[in-house]
Amino acid sequence: MNLTLRIWRQTGPDDPGRMVSYQVPDVSPDMSFLEMLDVLNDRLTLDGEAPVAFDHDCREGICGACGMVINGVAHGPERATTACQLHMRHFRDGQTIDIEPWRAKAFPVIKDLVVDRSAFDRIVAAGGYITAPTGAAPEAHAQLVRKSDADAAFESAACIGCGACVAACPNGSAMLFTAAKVSHLSLLPQGQPERSTRVVGMIDAHDAEGFGGCTNIGECTAVCPKGIPLTSIGRLNRDYLKATRDRDGAPAT
Amino acid sequence: MNSPRPGQRGEFAPTSTSGHHGPQGEVETAPPNSSGGLDLFTLGEPIADTKAPDGPIETRWQRRRFDAKLVNPANRRKLTVIVVGTGLAGGSAAATLGEQGYRVRSYCYQDSPRRAHSIAAQGGINAAKNYRNDGDSIQRLFYDTVKGGDFRSRESNVRRLAEVSVEIIDQAVAQGVPFAREYGGLLDTRSFGGAQVQRTFYARGQTGQQLLLGAYQALERQIGQGRVEMHSRHEMLELIVVDGRARGIVVRDLVTGEIGCDFADAVVLASGGYGNVFYLSTNAKGCNVTATWRAHRKGALFANPCYTQIHPTCIPVSGDHQSKLTLMSESLRNDGRVWVPKAAGDDRPPRQIPEDERDYFLERMYPSFGNLVPRDIASRAAKNVCDSGRGVGQTGLGVYLDFADAIDRLGRSTIADRYGNLFEMYQRITGEDPYEVPMRIYPAVHYTMGGLWVDYDLQATIPGLFVIGEANFSDHGANRLGASALMQGLADGYFVLPSTIADYLAAGPFEALTDEHPEVVAARDDVTDRLSRLLACQGDRTVDSFHRELGQIMWDHCGMERTDAGLRKALAEIRALRDQFWQRVKVPGDGEGLNQALEKAGRVADFFELAELMCVDALHRTESAGGHFRAESQTPEGEAQRDDDHFSYVAAWEFTGADQPPVLHREDLHFEYVHPTQRSYK
Repeated sequence: MNLTLRIWRQTGPDDPGRMVSYQVPDVSPDMSFLEMLDVLNDRLTLDGEAPVAFDHDCREGICGACGMVINGVAHGPERATTACQLHMRHFRDGQTIDIEPWRAKAFPVIKDLVVDRSAFDRIVAAGGYITAPTGAAPEAHAQLVRKSDADAAFESAACIGCGACVAACPNGSAMLFTAAKVSHLSLLPQGQPERSTRVVGMIDAHDAEGFGGCTNIGECTAVCPKGIPLTSIGRLNRDYLKATRDRDGAPAT
Repeated sequence: MNSPRPGQRGEFAPTSTSGHHGPQGEVETAPPNSSGGLDLFTLGEPIADTKAPDGPIETRWQRRRFDAKLVNPANRRKLTVIVVGTGLAGGSAAATLGEQGYRVRSYCYQDSPRRAHSIAAQGGINAAKNYRNDGDSIQRLFYDTVKGGDFRSRESNVRRLAEVSVEIIDQAVAQGVPFAREYGGLLDTRSFGGAQVQRTFYARGQTGQQLLLGAYQALERQIGQGRVEMHSRHEMLELIVVDGRARGIVVRDLVTGEIGCDFADAVVLASGGYGNVFYLSTNAKGCNVTATWRAHRKGALFANPCYTQIHPTCIPVSGDHQSKLTLMSESLRNDGRVWVPKAAGDDRPPRQIPEDERDYFLERMYPSFGNLVPRDIASRAAKNVCDSGRGVGQTGLGVYLDFADAIDRLGRSTIADRYGNLFEMYQRITGEDPYEVPMRIYPAVHYTMGGLWVDYDLQATIPGLFVIGEANFSDHGANRLGASALMQGLADGYFVLPSTIADYLAAGPFEALTDEHPEVVAARDDVTDRLSRLLACQGDRTVDSFHRELGQIMWDHCGMERTDAGLRKALAEIRALRDQFWQRVKVPGDGEGLNQALEKAGRVADFFELAELMCVDALHRTESAGGHFRAESQTPEGEAQRDDDHFSYVAAWEFTGADQPPVLHREDLHFEYVHPTQRSYK
């Protein structure tokens, strides 16, 4: 099939950027979206033009490196699918496809579709862990974990840190990302000792990075390629409220 | 008899100098000398692992740890360690060294340490916990791993790996890794290839992700506390060696393009394997050999490069546009049955082929292990049925992996519980629903057992250079068992390296270096020269077009089956293509700022050199062993035929210069506890 791509081109952080159109003929429906961009980039290279920069690595939907807004939707039209796992059979011949980077204040553009998501790492560094220095661990079966808790923790732990939730949120909030980690760890008995400091530390870091607040719109969970549920944000709010109340004292009634 | 002595040029594997295998000259299978006049390599002095204690194997690791020097906590603050790579090995090592109080600087090419390719490991991690009471033990995991590796690994290392395996599970659980659990709250396990016990712990089909996030979170904790300095989007392009010691690295900041040098008292490479030399593999697109290859060029020996693992269950290639291959976890073989039609050319849809016209070839050929034979064996069996014209799918390069029986037996929801995410991934890529029609699978390059040579302390032949995880060659011999890569990466990173590196660092801190030191200037100039040359070509072919062609040569001649003639052909083709590459490659843009084509070009340039060494190694090893299958060396049933009399050694290669024949150093392997036999899974 033949496609028209309109792609965000931006040479660097100081360039205002613009949409540029490209024709891509002979696209196979079995290609992945990124393979289609590979074809375009090969042609641009041979024509002496700058290829489109985009982040990608595993191309199997698990590393979280890829991410682009396709026709206005983070990761494109297929639910629960990263851009690298999106295949061209979901588009039709003659279609025009808009491709843009994640847009959020806390994710500055580096080049074209590549953005800086290091703010996510700093949120994790502010408490998204269980303190368990190597060598100090008790025997694995010393503590039992209810299967339902383990399964729920896993569901949140499946977050790949791609940033689609931020790109989709009208507030540019990273609450789903933060809540996924808070939920994962607070559902497990091992995570209890740091439950309060974790949520407070992570929320402080989240706000300091320039992410917006959450107003429960739910765009995040709709685009999340791993289906992280919105209820994880509820769990985060509950933990946060309890942690700050314990810290600040119960509000006067 | 063509058996060169040290210093001589050799066309073939020297045979008679490995004294402990038998009297000299007792050689029946000495390969014929069909030298085409090429001097492929020379034979150097033997090499030995001097760090492994001898004596009872059960206490070797304990004794090594006791004998190793320690560094007191106050002095650790004065010692700097560079760790390249943030996968399971590198991430866990950097976190642990930070916890111990060393100054750590960690590097990765990805935008975040959490994205290293360990994240994609699906099936599980082995550990000899024996929670199932099914006869497992450290001894059995040790035995299975040595056997699974076709008796080409070191007993001492593998024994240690089996011992440490139980601590890894404890560590991961303490970090909050959400392993699958039983209703009673205990950890669940399942079976993997090459074992008859259930020792594989898992987190659905995302075990690698969950273990990596555990290590990543531990690493981020150290970063937050200022003990580890993280440099993401940086790529190591050269090793700095001063006075014979590894003292630093030259890195390129992938965002600004700036070339910088970093110095330390020791350098740890945890940069993964080199499967992407084949272009199409299950590796991430960025996986590359550059860090280890640069160290090799600086003097580190490269061991067993020809040992590559072809994984039997991957989604088949669908067309020329294909940029990578996707694995379908080996765990699927717990419940899926592998088959092809009995008749060649039977192109009926699979559901219309009656039971008695199907060949469940793994169950037929290997009744005791069935669908769970080790990977090398399953892959070759699949290739053989496809070569006989019974392959399925449009290309004929595929076999069925069928869940119909399991769905009948266990119900759809149980299967969805176990493999749901894998089924979805398969459907996304192929557009077919594996609950309804069998999956089509075909072998693909997945893992490389070879890597930089290391001793028992995981130190390379350059003092101060340590190599961990897939980047080293150490524990898997000629074939890795499923769910053992995660085990080895974490064993190295959490437990082995942090103990052994102190023995080296105790002699430090070493003399401070500056950017003006002649060795530093030289390393840096090498990097800038190479990048300038790549940018200056401005030819008419893209980097990917060369990489694809190189990969095809390697797959055809150095893949699942290797022959003398094919490998020679490959060597000639690789050399010709490499010359073309340096004349005709087109890298757009410049070295300033983000330039992904330039990154790729540098990696492919190193793959060309590695590819040659792989072929030389494969050519010299005229036996078959594990993943290395030489068509000339097979049993009457078509299984790999080892030649222990001549090849029971590690082949450690020394770089002598571009276009110079490498020097082979052999490390003889000794088996005191697991006696080498013809591997049988029948």
